[in-house]
Amino acid sequence: MDIKSTLSKPSSPSWNWFSFAAPSRFYFLTKKIIPICWVLAFVLGATGLVMGLLYAPTDAQQGDAYRIIFIHVPAAWMSMLLYVAMAFWGAMGLIFNARLAYRLSNSIAITGALMTFIALWTGALWGKPTWGTWWVWDARLTSELILLFLYIAYLSLYSAIEDQRKASKAASLLAIIGVVNVPIIYFSVKWWNTLHQGASITVTKTSMQSTMLIAMLIMTFAFWAYAFAVILSRVNQKTLDEESHTDWALTELKRLKATV
Amino acid sequence: MQKLSTLEILLAVFKRDISLALRRQSDTLGAVFFFALVVSLFPLAIGPETKLLQQIAPGIIWVSALLAVMLSLSRLFNDDYQDGVLEQLALSICPLALIAIAKILAHWTYTGLILLCISPVLALQFNLSAIAIEVLLITLFIGTLILSFIGSIGAALTVGLKSSGALISLLVLPLLIPVLILGTLAVDAATASLPYSVYLYILLALAVLASFFAPIACAAALRIALD
Repeated sequence: MDIKSTLSKPSSPSWNWFSFAAPSRFYFLTKKIIPICWVLAFVLGATGLVMGLLYAPTDAQQGDAYRIIFIHVPAAWMSMLLYVAMAFWGAMGLIFNARLAYRLSNSIAITGALMTFIALWTGALWGKPTWGTWWVWDARLTSELILLFLYIAYLSLYSAIEDQRKASKAASLLAIIGVVNVPIIYFSVKWWNTLHQGASITVTKTSMQSTMLIAMLIMTFAFWAYAFAVILSRVNQKTLDEESHTDWALTELKRLKATV
Repeated sequence: MQKLSTLEILLAVFKRDISLALRRQSDTLGAVFFFALVVSLFPLAIGPETKLLQQIAPGIIWVSALLAVMLSLSRLFNDDYQDGVLEQLALSICPLALIAIAKILAHWTYTGLILLCISPVLALQFNLSAIAIEVLLITLFIGTLILSFIGSIGAALTVGLKSSGALISLLVLPLLIPVLILGTLAVDAATASLPYSVYLYILLALAVLASFFAPIACAAALRIALD
């Protein structure tokens, strides 16, 4: 690749923590990583689903209804993790004034909101056959719902401010405030729930069978790979869009156009 | 030119905001009437059953207070931003976070404090017991302070936007859920003659945290907007 070689020449030869903060370097690095992530997501996702849906044993209490766990739990984990990641990159953006960090933070938000929604939706689908209801005002459910609102608030603030630099900064600040507040919300919701709900519904604690656990872990890695693939692609798209005044982005855009 | 000390600037900002609120009576009283109206709508929608209303009254009054405060937040910084006063304040020797505190306290005086004054009357409409009303007043006193402090962050983040009303609520309400929960829990506990002081202590702790961190976040958000 001649583009890459011309690019890496002017910058300093020694590697440091900020080497990949340069949008061009980040772009060409992630361009190689994204296909790997997609392959991993599909392969792991297929294996995890086959294992979970066909080979994992039926649950003693919940029958086959529990099998939604292989989507539900990874999505719920990702939803929380991505929020922290979003706030982290927002903070990095504010501290180092790095465009790439803002782009990462913003790209994470959409996937995070999607994961939260999937977790809520599959939770409702799981709740109906096992608890007999779509929704319970339980601490877990309520705080996940609030997490979705926090994501929506971040996205709407970002899109409401026209000046893009200001929008990134303001949204990052909101994300950081949100991450401080999430534990407080979680505990307050927990207190509120325990006082109001006499007989609270708990999922019967059956120690997980190893096939189930492995399938769930594989699915979690599949979700990770998917999240990386989607988020990095979104960052790259934003990079090309926002850096279209630079030489390397123009050549890359031309090359992309030629291949399409 | 006369040089003002930090305290004098803060006092001037506070007084100016109060007198502006007194001049804009339709706005200031609007939030209060909105509060009273929303609270009175619930019995109409739910039915005049005393027992049920007594049970849900703390929640109704709290949610209505929350909404009323949201209504008044959009003007907290926006007017000053539009006419350039905010920029002048940001350039003064006084730290922007302290100015934010002065403005937030003024906001609390012309919304939270007035809501507080009429809430006992509204609570009487719902047949709340004397101890419940007392606890409701204490929680609203602390709670509206937190609402003003945390709400100011939303107001600062949306400064300069054309339609900020719904957006402020979207930004701030999820962050205010703990206050709502603790406030209503305390009143519920008092109604059931259970110990309620623990909720008041946590509310106070939240108020201390909010009054320290919210002005800092507020100043950061204002600097982004003024940038």
